[in-house]
Amino acid sequence: MKRQDIVRMANQIADFHRSYPEEEAVAGVAQHIRDFWDPRMRADLAELLAREETGFNDLARAGARRVVAEDRPAA
Amino acid sequence: MALLKEQDHGTPAKEGAPVTLTIDGVEVTVPEGTSIMRAASQIDRPIPKLCATDSLDAWGSCRMCLVEIEGVKGTPASCTTPVRAGMAVTTQTERLAKIRKGVMELYISDHPLDCLTCSANGDCELQDMAGAVGLRDVRYGMDNANHFDAESRKPVDTSNPYFQFDPAKCIVCSRCVRACEEVQGTFALTIDGRGFASMVSAGAEADDFFSSECVSCGACVQACPTATLMEASVVEKGVPTRSVETTCAYCGVGCSFKAELQGDTVVRMVPQKTGGANEGHSCVKGRFAWGYATHKDRVTTPMVRERITDPWRAVSWEEAIAFAAGRFKAIQAEHGKGAIGGITSSRCTNEEVYVVQKMIRAAFGNNNVDTCARVCHSPTGYGLKTTFGTSAGTQNFKSVEKADVILLIGANPTDGHPVFASRMKKRLREGAQIVVLDPRRIDLVKSPHITAAHHVQLRPGTNVAVMNALAHTIVTEGLVDEAFVAERCESVDFERWRAFVAEERNSPEALADRIGVEAETLRAAARLYATAGNGAIYYGLGVTEHSQGSTMVMAMANLAMATGNIGREGVGVNPLRGQNNVQGSCDMGSFPHEFPGYRHVSDDATRALFEKAWGLPLLNEPGLRIPNMLAAALDGTYRGIFIQGEDIAQSDPNTTHVTAALEAMDCVVVQDLFLNETAGYAHVFLPGTSFLEKDGTFTNAERRINRVRPVMREATGLSEWEAVCRLAEAMGYDGMTYASAAEIMDEIAELTPTFAGVSHARLDAGGSLQWPVNDASPNGTPTMHKDGFVRGKGRFMVTEYVATDERTNRHFPLILTTGRILSQYNVGAQTRRTENGRWHPEDILEIHPHDAEERGVGEGDMVSVASRIGATALRATITDRVPQGVVYTTFHHPVSGANVITTEYSDWATNCPEYKVTAVQVTRSNRPAEWQEHFRDVHERQFVVAAE
Repeated sequence: MKRQDIVRMANQIADFHRSYPEEEAVAGVAQHIRDFWDPRMRADLAELLAREETGFNDLARAGARRVVAEDRPAA
Repeated sequence: MALLKEQDHGTPAKEGAPVTLTIDGVEVTVPEGTSIMRAASQIDRPIPKLCATDSLDAWGSCRMCLVEIEGVKGTPASCTTPVRAGMAVTTQTERLAKIRKGVMELYISDHPLDCLTCSANGDCELQDMAGAVGLRDVRYGMDNANHFDAESRKPVDTSNPYFQFDPAKCIVCSRCVRACEEVQGTFALTIDGRGFASMVSAGAEADDFFSSECVSCGACVQACPTATLMEASVVEKGVPTRSVETTCAYCGVGCSFKAELQGDTVVRMVPQKTGGANEGHSCVKGRFAWGYATHKDRVTTPMVRERITDPWRAVSWEEAIAFAAGRFKAIQAEHGKGAIGGITSSRCTNEEVYVVQKMIRAAFGNNNVDTCARVCHSPTGYGLKTTFGTSAGTQNFKSVEKADVILLIGANPTDGHPVFASRMKKRLREGAQIVVLDPRRIDLVKSPHITAAHHVQLRPGTNVAVMNALAHTIVTEGLVDEAFVAERCESVDFERWRAFVAEERNSPEALADRIGVEAETLRAAARLYATAGNGAIYYGLGVTEHSQGSTMVMAMANLAMATGNIGREGVGVNPLRGQNNVQGSCDMGSFPHEFPGYRHVSDDATRALFEKAWGLPLLNEPGLRIPNMLAAALDGTYRGIFIQGEDIAQSDPNTTHVTAALEAMDCVVVQDLFLNETAGYAHVFLPGTSFLEKDGTFTNAERRINRVRPVMREATGLSEWEAVCRLAEAMGYDGMTYASAAEIMDEIAELTPTFAGVSHARLDAGGSLQWPVNDASPNGTPTMHKDGFVRGKGRFMVTEYVATDERTNRHFPLILTTGRILSQYNVGAQTRRTENGRWHPEDILEIHPHDAEERGVGEGDMVSVASRIGATALRATITDRVPQGVVYTTFHHPVSGANVITTEYSDWATNCPEYKVTAVQVTRSNRPAEWQEHFRDVHERQFVVAAE
């Protein structure tokens, strides 16, 4: 998927969870991505993180990192 | 009136304490308030009548239904006289017979005696009553002043394409006028003139039926006891001779109908009184707009082509299925199993949808299945599951009869869900109040006998801010139902939410400027909802089709829980689903992350259940959603798609992006009635069946599972589910060999707990069922969450308002929002192929007078509507129904290109597109947009069918 789509979607998910306490919010973002994103989208997400994409907001980045880390052992 | 009649008890049923009386010496017990006429009907003592019918309140004008009552002077009308305990009624005496015959003589003295050539011959209550009273002659003769001889006869009004009005046959019983008022709630008809000159009139004298306020719902035609108002199809073909009970294929109300036929030819569709969703009412689409099923544009033969620029070639089913399977397998061999997928349709039955998702999960070996609910109500599923625990509305439609205040949010039911709107209007006329939250002044803001208590005319995109402002008022003014919340909801989540909405930044005063509505209006609306008794929320796509669609659904659920407006009749959170089977297609596992019954694919126990039943391992990862599929197609990782009954090239946002993605694929299979816009980019066309040919079930917005029965033979020679099963088999999967649609439902019931007690046999025996239907609720569940939420305790969610990324600026200063109109339906594939097109031949842009003046736009001018994504040209109409700064259009005609303009912004949780907020500029134009010229080229190039 296009970079901007991945970044926008992750940031939007983070915007919803931002009202929650930090740990809950990070877990919420990660769980949402895990529940609803196809593996190839998560792979695109991992690639953007690896390239140190700057478009993510902090919460989106934290949630994305968590889900990518959880995906790694299975890959 | 309807042939093949359901029994007409004359007056409506009542609810009340039992009252016992005797009628003709027979003891009968009925609810208090019941009329003598209805009580007599229930013991097989039908009393002659003309002005009475049980869909309407008693009127007492025809004087046919007189009875004698012991101890009562005179002969009271049985329709207007309620029963009393111990009453002794006689329905037939010499005196009564004489009076009735005399009354009939008067009626017939001004009625043409052309019964043998009359369109109502054999289907006429006047004729029946003349027979019942033994009328043999008319003492007054037929030569006096009348309305039927050549000199005095007024012309038959045939302006409406679906029914005619012949004033010469009218007995002025007012049933049509009352039906328009009481059943439909439009008040289009009246009795004009006085005495002998009295006649039914549609509006002013200059009006005919077509130009009047009449909405062609058919209630007047159904109520008419003579041939005065008669279906054009009956006039043309004659009366039907058999009927089949089935379910409408249009909106999410899911009305029950009797298809009345001669042989296999449909003569008319008559709404069924016993239908739980509609209780005998209908709209112009379901009642009349079914002709598309036999339209000349129907494609009934499978077709294939190598490239989308080749002409279509008609082939056998075997060749078409082998062609599709061959291409899909080749794609998977080269690009992997996940390179193909499919989309299910809310216009198809549960059984048809179930087999498509099963084919994708089992035969394709992936979870790349999605459904058109993605672009309408996917946020409903997400939001209500998160807060309440189940992805569905909470009430039945009848519940609105007990509502005291209605919050109507982002829905226009008089156009989109007209039969439910009639119920709602009836309740409003009884005294319930309504708060309309909509940028546009829809009819329910002000229409005959209805004035909204408040019209919250919010700026598009500020829904969540409005909800937070209402919640702030409820929380800070002490209007929370503390007992309900304490007993029924998660306390930690509630306290978190309470603290959040109580913040000053969520107050109406703080948000008023952003919302564009006075703070006091917001406060008043909140107080009314929280304190007026039963508060019910009804909503539509104006809620879901936003970047915060799911947040908004949760915000509404919060409001209902906070005020205790959930878990009983008259309250609830009620999505008005767009298509007839949106609920069902979602129930059937159409989303890429969940199996039928909304269970996630990663859940091991659920997956094991399906693996055992389907006989193969299944993937535990979510698949692609529709927008993800399109993006992946442009990436080259997604190359084949099966599209069941959906037209994504017209209905989905950013048309240019959609068609580019379709063009990038190696195999697009479309299963549909017509060569729709998407078929222009397809390689295989599998002809689909109309609702009149289908065998299965639809599930409407109130979770009501209704039977869809085949009325005529399949024009295609193969049902849709059989075609899908054959394709699955050709792909190498042998687990889809069903003998009937009923067998598919049996498998659904076996694997889906909420459908456990559902079968075709049970539905055939007992009518409809509202899921869950299982051991806990063997007869279904009209009201959800009665004693507790499905998830246990209700969960409040914090709903921070986040403005959409789609912003106006000096280049795009207006906001475009879209919607539906009464006569057309979604992409118009069905309704454009009926006479409904006469009401709405093109999509029109509504623009506020100030915005029009600034741009030099006059009424009827062609204008260019341009967004950051694309541009189209439409004709403009100037109206203050839309506020300054907002323009509005419908999307029923492909050439309009409404979705050429809409963006790819979408809901954060579900990717439901943000159709309702697009920043645009409007300028005068004298030519079609570039896209529209391209559209015409594509049609010339890609819709060609080779000569046989």
